[in-house]
Amino acid sequence: MLEEIYIAGFGGQGTLSTGQLLAHAALKEGKHVSYAPFYGVEKRGGVANCAVTISDRRISSPIVTEPTILVVMNNTSLERFEKSVVSGGLIIVNSSLVDIPVQRDDVNVFSIRANEEAEALGDPMVAVNIILGALVEFAGAVSIESVAESLKEVLPERRHGMIPINVKALERGSKLAREYNISKKANITG
Amino acid sequence: MKGNDAIGEGAVRAGCRYFFGYPITPQSELTHYLAKRLPEVGGLFLQAESEVASINMVYGASAAGARVMTSSSGPGISLMQEGLSYLAGAELPCVVVNMMRGGPGLGNIAPSQADYFQATKGGGHGDYRLIVLAPNSVQELFDMMLKAFDLADKYRNPVMVMADGIMGQMMEPVIIRDEYEVQIPPKPWAATGMAYHEGKNLINSCYVIPDEMEIHNLELQKKYNEIRPREQVCEDFMLEGAEVVLVAFGTASRICMKVVEKARDKGIPVGLIRPITLWPFPEKYIGEAAGGDKIFLTVEMNMGQMIEDVKLAVNGKAPVYHYGRLGGILPDARDVLTEVERLYRGGGAR
Repeated sequence: MLEEIYIAGFGGQGTLSTGQLLAHAALKEGKHVSYAPFYGVEKRGGVANCAVTISDRRISSPIVTEPTILVVMNNTSLERFEKSVVSGGLIIVNSSLVDIPVQRDDVNVFSIRANEEAEALGDPMVAVNIILGALVEFAGAVSIESVAESLKEVLPERRHGMIPINVKALERGSKLAREYNISKKANITG
Repeated sequence: MKGNDAIGEGAVRAGCRYFFGYPITPQSELTHYLAKRLPEVGGLFLQAESEVASINMVYGASAAGARVMTSSSGPGISLMQEGLSYLAGAELPCVVVNMMRGGPGLGNIAPSQADYFQATKGGGHGDYRLIVLAPNSVQELFDMMLKAFDLADKYRNPVMVMADGIMGQMMEPVIIRDEYEVQIPPKPWAATGMAYHEGKNLINSCYVIPDEMEIHNLELQKKYNEIRPREQVCEDFMLEGAEVVLVAFGTASRICMKVVEKARDKGIPVGLIRPITLWPFPEKYIGEAAGGDKIFLTVEMNMGQMIEDVKLAVNGKAPVYHYGRLGGILPDARDVLTEVERLYRGGGAR
């Protein structure tokens, strides 16, 4: 099993925390894992991407250039990284924020209006965890339970009150992914 | 664990109790970590007013016999060069971490390996050497701190740990071994006050009389000549049967491991030699690996610096080429593989 995940968006959207949650969950499950962030000098609104590699074997490079799963949180990220995804891979699109189509026809696309879904749960801030729930469901590399447990480690203590709504968001994303056409899922590498 | 945190915890476990530094991206998490951690173990963290002050505080603490370190990146390390020359001249042990970023000048905060020359060939004035270590994983960042402090004390010499912005920021699992045994050697030379030693202990790098300066220099060279053959360390990856030998350190070496895996999958015999000590450079191992019809390719995040040492080590026995990316751009494994394939098919120099 080798899953190379790239999460791309703006600073403030939770892309880096999402990668850290995945990494902590993988560590809990005894997997080999690496996490590498890439961000600009801006405090908010700049580029904020991260690469997470989860594997059964020693990881050669923590740098992901051909992701098996790409998450895009804005138009520029889709434009920039769409071509990098391996054939048969998966692009998860937050379609609340991305209004351009995926051009590739050799990859799976899962579009989700994560912001509206998050608002329906009562907090627009958990949009990224709806996406993470879906990602975890598709990847199968770690369990939703491990991710939920990792919230304690990744969120600062003053935010621990938000763990229940984050868990709800993970579960909602996971459910939406399960309802997605399973036949397309079969091609996902890893 | 984050790379910068691993360095901090590794240093604490290695018995380092003093840190003087000034924040700079991409190593600020390290200062942040030690600001919290050192007081917990009875140590001292001090944010100096500049990098020039930091390195001179390191000089003072080291002269008093402490295990002491500082850290910075590109521009800050440049400011420390005068102090490093003084430390080397006065034979004072310390550890300096350089989380390299894009340069020259203010450059940017993205990862780079362009400070290789500065670290391994001098940087400051005078005939001196730093021992330079180049880890390539978060586990190794952690483990290498003990080695760095031990080498510094063993040879009474500054040791530089060189990594890049990505290594400082990335997270990987770290196994903290309990048997981490710290043995700080006695330092009878340290200036700890007349109550603690017989006669005067003078720490100095000033030799006004040329004859004395020459003798001091020859003593330093004698020490460097002892270190050179004894402390060369490198690691290889799938070198067996390799016809194209990649040479890379730090993050570039991790990318090259992926290149080797991809190339081997395609049936191209590629291997990797990863220098772990950049000075002394593992010239013996690389020299012995050269020969046959091998081709060498150094992969660096600079325009070709380590290639000079590889060429010296290979000594004409094989062609040596370079592939580099600059300004904080990481070499892409696919592009390196393309270059490997081109050279393997007899492409030669560009």
